[in-house]
Amino acid sequence: MIQEINTGKMIDVVINGEKVSIYEGTTILDAARKVNVKIPTLCKHPDLDATASCGICVVKVKNNRKLLRACCTKAEPGMEITTHDGELFEVRKNVLDLILATHPNECLTCLRNRNCELQTLAEEFGIRQQPYKAMVKELPKDVSTKAVTLDPRKCIGCGRCVDVCQNIQKVHALEFLDRGFDTRMAPAGDIVLKESPCIKCGQCSAHCPVGALVEFDEVSNVWEALRNPELHCVAQIAPAVRVAFGEGFGMEPGELVTGKMYALLRKLGFKAAFDTNFAADLTIMEEGSEFVKKLTTEPKSLPLITSCCPAWVDFLEKYYPDLIEHFSTCKSPHEMLGALAKTYYAQKIGVDPSKVFVVSIMPCTAKKYEVQRSEDMKSSGYQDVDISLTTREFVRMTKSSGIDFKSLKPENVDSMLGTYTGAGTIFGATGGVMEAAIRTAYFLVTGKNLGTLDVEAVRGLKGIKTGVVDVQGTKVRVAVAHGTGNVRTLMDELREAKAQGKPMPYDFIEVMACEGGCIAGGGQPYMVSNELRRQRTAGIYKDDKECAIRVSHENPDIKRLYDEFLEKPLSHKSHKLLHTHYVSRPLYYK
Amino acid sequence: MAISGKVVELDSKLVSFIDTWKGRPGSEIMILHKVQEVYGYVPREVAMEISREIGIPLAKIYGIITFYHLFKLKKPGKNQISVCMGTACYLKGGNDLITEIEQLLGVGVNSTSSDGLFSLELVRCVGCCGLAPVMVINGKTYGNLKKNMLPEIFAEYRNKEEGKANG
Repeated sequence: MIQEINTGKMIDVVINGEKVSIYEGTTILDAARKVNVKIPTLCKHPDLDATASCGICVVKVKNNRKLLRACCTKAEPGMEITTHDGELFEVRKNVLDLILATHPNECLTCLRNRNCELQTLAEEFGIRQQPYKAMVKELPKDVSTKAVTLDPRKCIGCGRCVDVCQNIQKVHALEFLDRGFDTRMAPAGDIVLKESPCIKCGQCSAHCPVGALVEFDEVSNVWEALRNPELHCVAQIAPAVRVAFGEGFGMEPGELVTGKMYALLRKLGFKAAFDTNFAADLTIMEEGSEFVKKLTTEPKSLPLITSCCPAWVDFLEKYYPDLIEHFSTCKSPHEMLGALAKTYYAQKIGVDPSKVFVVSIMPCTAKKYEVQRSEDMKSSGYQDVDISLTTREFVRMTKSSGIDFKSLKPENVDSMLGTYTGAGTIFGATGGVMEAAIRTAYFLVTGKNLGTLDVEAVRGLKGIKTGVVDVQGTKVRVAVAHGTGNVRTLMDELREAKAQGKPMPYDFIEVMACEGGCIAGGGQPYMVSNELRRQRTAGIYKDDKECAIRVSHENPDIKRLYDEFLEKPLSHKSHKLLHTHYVSRPLYYK
Repeated sequence: MAISGKVVELDSKLVSFIDTWKGRPGSEIMILHKVQEVYGYVPREVAMEISREIGIPLAKIYGIITFYHLFKLKKPGKNQISVCMGTACYLKGGNDLITEIEQLLGVGVNSTSSDGLFSLELVRCVGCCGLAPVMVINGKTYGNLKKNMLPEIFAEYRNKEEGKANG
């Protein structure tokens, strides 16, 4: 996530003859955007600092003989900037020609076809032939994680993936190896991503301008399942998907498309449209109870750390295995729903659970890894979730179905595993799990609901948020971190306290591996920025506000589930189906 | 960030060197130089241990090792052959030398012969263009080379090795 410039001091520059007032410190690229002048760029991403690696954004500045890179040159008072002319066009086109000479000509079969920054530029520049001899590197594709696919042949060397992996996520799975023409993005040494510290968060794939890093594509497997008459296919959609899926069809970020998505699922052939929000409510019942139990009977075992995020689970198991004891044993919501679809649901509708095929539509690449993470993910006796698709894959799948998504009439969810409350939906944004948990934990301890259900302290895009909630005289210290770089700071604080024998600084901690939470997950539509994060988040909180019920413990279908099947939170059956274990994992397997 | 848990026991010379350099800016390059000096290359488990010791991610260390040609990831042969491919040597037939060496020793560029005796690399100018084409073996320079001189030179190194084995 980038720091937004607001130095308070305004300066004036002239762009293509037009005067622009901007904050001092603004780059030429951003200044041009203010007057709707688009300077082409391949390496600069709105979410990341400039690396000045591609050279396409060059501009002319009066009285300066050099061409300057707009992405990393700050506008100075009185600067007269030319962003487009014949010479600049030729220079930029030449850079593009050189990049294209090293890029495989595989657009038609590429997952990024018609959604690729390089392809778009080639189209805008009217590339009709390739003047330079093709020099494409022959390097193997890495599909080892089954979550993120690395195809280094397609890499254009912009460095966004390395930046996000090292500086934002602080995972350090990817690095530039070798030099010059041979430079490639890869894990350290001759190993595949699965053997590296990669946590499958997919932020590299969400920021890659081309098809070098993409989600592990499983669309065809879902089609195959839907076409198999023996299977009973059901699907669930994650909280954050409903505020971003519409973007794939030209709708505004943050626009809620929940009802349309239920309709879509049924049109595609799914026998039931479930909602992960339902399982988020269930998670709150389990995790809230877990927290209250610890708070009231063994407060020394706190903090409790949330476990909904599979990239975070992987991060913890690799980087902070010493903190596993603080981890909630709750599975992530979609795994809970998968387990229930093949037990509770299958029983109720009288279908052989081996024929139930569960597809999760997730904003996430790590969920693809999670579905096979351990034996606990087969708690129903079968793999609980069969396939997890990212939002991006589901957009592509929808487009290939011939269904006009925008014109679909909203439908209702299949309530058995679908009814949700406002608390369930906010799981999609940073702070949401904490807020939902506070709403229910407060009730579980005091027997009544919070006066104001909005917990403002845990909302917003600040990297680490802390607050204190007064639960009938007990001060509960909460912390929320998103983006594993920020999470690291928080976990180091816990480790430090532990090492020095000091009391733990927090009682309850929420973690999401991606900055902004799942709304900006690694499997969401491209071009995430803080503005986009805010728009999607606003959609999430709007959904919460519009829900008649906003606390998980009042969800009637959750109550029914406990009455008819699970008995009570943390029951024996709950533990078998809804909880999991963690193990220490090495950073490098090789 | 870096690896936790000891990976391998480091050479004692290296341990004291790391203690001197640890925490100073640019220390990783200095330490990797020392690793190369001690082991002749950078073994993976040593790189992992360095990562653990100085708290720098292994990916960063590999970024450095693969960027600079000096650092080697594979164990080099007992005798290091460097053939100059600077402009003068190139024009005077450096390439022919390479082809001949590859055939004579069964070794490719940047690899080591199966008997572990020779490894071959290319270098850019060793600073004696007047002697082009030039080859350097273990620091000893051979100038004005012709293809037919090579078997004799290599035999010398082979004999030395055999002498060691028999003596």
